[in-house]
Amino acid sequence: MNTVIDAHNVSKVYNKETIPVYAVNNVHLHIERGEFTALVGPSGSGKTTLLNLIGGLDKPDNGSVFINELDITKLSTNELIDFRLKNIGFVFQSFNLIPVLTAKENVEFIMLLQHIKKSVRDARVQQLFRQIEMSDKMDARPAQLSGGQQQRVAVARALASRPKFVLADEPTANLDSKSAFNLLDIMAKLNKEEHITFLFSTHDQRVIERARRVITLVDGRIVSDTAAVSTRHEKADV
Amino acid sequence: MWLIKMAWKNMWRNRSRTTITMAAIFFAVILSVIASSLKEGIFGNLVKNVVSFYTGYIQVHKKGFWDEQTLDNSFKSSPETEQLILDNKNVVMVASRLESFALASSVNITKGCLVAGIDPRKENMITSLEKKVIRGSYLKDTDYAVLLSQGLAERLKLTANDTVILIGQGYRGATAAGKYLVKGIVKFGSPDLNNRTLFMPLATAQNFYSADGMITSYVLSLNKTSHLQDIRSLLDGALGQAFEVMTWEEMIPEVKQHIQTDSSNMKYVQGILYLLICFGIFGTLLMMMVERRFEMGMLVSIGMKKSMLIVLLLYESVFTVFVGCLLGIIASIPLVYYLNRHPIRIGGETAKAYERFGFEAIFPASTEVWIFAYQGMVVLVIGLLLSLYPVYKVIRLDPVTAMKR
Repeated sequence: MNTVIDAHNVSKVYNKETIPVYAVNNVHLHIERGEFTALVGPSGSGKTTLLNLIGGLDKPDNGSVFINELDITKLSTNELIDFRLKNIGFVFQSFNLIPVLTAKENVEFIMLLQHIKKSVRDARVQQLFRQIEMSDKMDARPAQLSGGQQQRVAVARALASRPKFVLADEPTANLDSKSAFNLLDIMAKLNKEEHITFLFSTHDQRVIERARRVITLVDGRIVSDTAAVSTRHEKADV
Repeated sequence: MWLIKMAWKNMWRNRSRTTITMAAIFFAVILSVIASSLKEGIFGNLVKNVVSFYTGYIQVHKKGFWDEQTLDNSFKSSPETEQLILDNKNVVMVASRLESFALASSVNITKGCLVAGIDPRKENMITSLEKKVIRGSYLKDTDYAVLLSQGLAERLKLTANDTVILIGQGYRGATAAGKYLVKGIVKFGSPDLNNRTLFMPLATAQNFYSADGMITSYVLSLNKTSHLQDIRSLLDGALGQAFEVMTWEEMIPEVKQHIQTDSSNMKYVQGILYLLICFGIFGTLLMMMVERRFEMGMLVSIGMKKSMLIVLLLYESVFTVFVGCLLGIIASIPLVYYLNRHPIRIGGETAKAYERFGFEAIFPASTEVWIFAYQGMVVLVIGLLLSLYPVYKVIRLDPVTAMKR
């Protein structure tokens, strides 16, 4: 089973009572395991809304979202929270981390929610911090880390529960070039080495250039899906 | 356990705010405890003053005496009955009285008075009667003499070492008459008692009323005065149907009524204090919810159950309120004890007015443990109730809306 995300005919409408605004309009999206996909488009094009619908944070007015063949639009609010915990990793634009916890505790937090035992947690935390190249910063508080380092910790946290895929909403928006490239390198490395599926929204050209597949949204509709063919070729190489 | 640690860390993420909230609770608890202690202390002192005038905390009479206070409702004094009363651990002493009425005369003036036959030694231990002697000297068991209250003495134009003539109706209709030495003058704060009371040794009174061995009441001195109704019930059970056991609240209901009225007024003051606490805590909770809205949205997004988030926030609120309360209670203990040992003394005209009524012009604080516990609990409950606001906000939390900037 390689299909991770399968969105059918998904729409989200705001202001239904007055002048309806289609944030996402009849979108079909199919993402397979190991893809490294950028969702691009101008502000207000519906990138974040589509990510929210795929991540089960919001419910579509029309259509279905299947994650690993499970229709998540049919899940209750509590079931969705549990589903997100076990299946989806999230990286937000900023303020990802819990300020009172250290970097290590932030990553461990997701595993605590899943009642994973300490020895397993410790091993996973060590491994993740090695992967994000921040083993020396495990005990630092978020305020003691740079924006780029905080985003790397957020990526580690997103991966802590070994999710089916990671959704990142404008992960480099608040970062300088060097930090942005660093973060992208780490995400790309995790994608390549561990076949972790990444779907991220962005309008940052630096990120778009690194993506293997670029889906462009305008006014809530997919207007292009440029690298669908090449992505499949690259996956075949893997 | 990790949730408790996280709550503790969250509590201190904004040190100033948490400190200010705790300080608000801390001072509110101190004020509230002191207000309650003073209220209880003042009322306790009032009761002690009033009760020590004459009634004592509890009296035992023959059934029906209180409604019809005549010698016909007297009863034979017996060591067995006294022992039954003394068997109650809270009863320290029992003093017998024979009370009735008589006409008191000097040369040209006659006035009705209350005659109280007393055991001088025991009576003094219960009502401190000897301290009220302003002229002459106190009675002895064997004296064939009386003490006159100041108002009565002035009315009769008598003073110590004069003679008073008493005439009245004795036990079972016998005529009671006698001539007695005025051994001393006593002054009462209560105008009623001060204008019409005459004391004589019990044996002298029994002789005067031809009521040999008879008494009308036992006045009880108690170890602890806080559980009067329990003591009363126990005595009722022990003494049986022939006797009536009455507390001061039943004998002088107007004092109890006065205390209840004042207590109600005090409740308004405390209500305002609690309201201030409410605003203090609620302000913090409101700010916390606004400041951490994004974070809460993020936590729910990444998979933290709302129930767990609620528990986390409840821990934070309870810790803050609990620490504030605990410190407030601890700090109020020495203050209340100080006010108990060094009561607030009233001066000027108010003090004179108090003293005219025989009251000490002081406001002592009560050190009853329940006052500290109760006030602490009230503030804790307020904190817990206000914590329902974050609970409500989390229940209604939509992560997408919460994370919009």
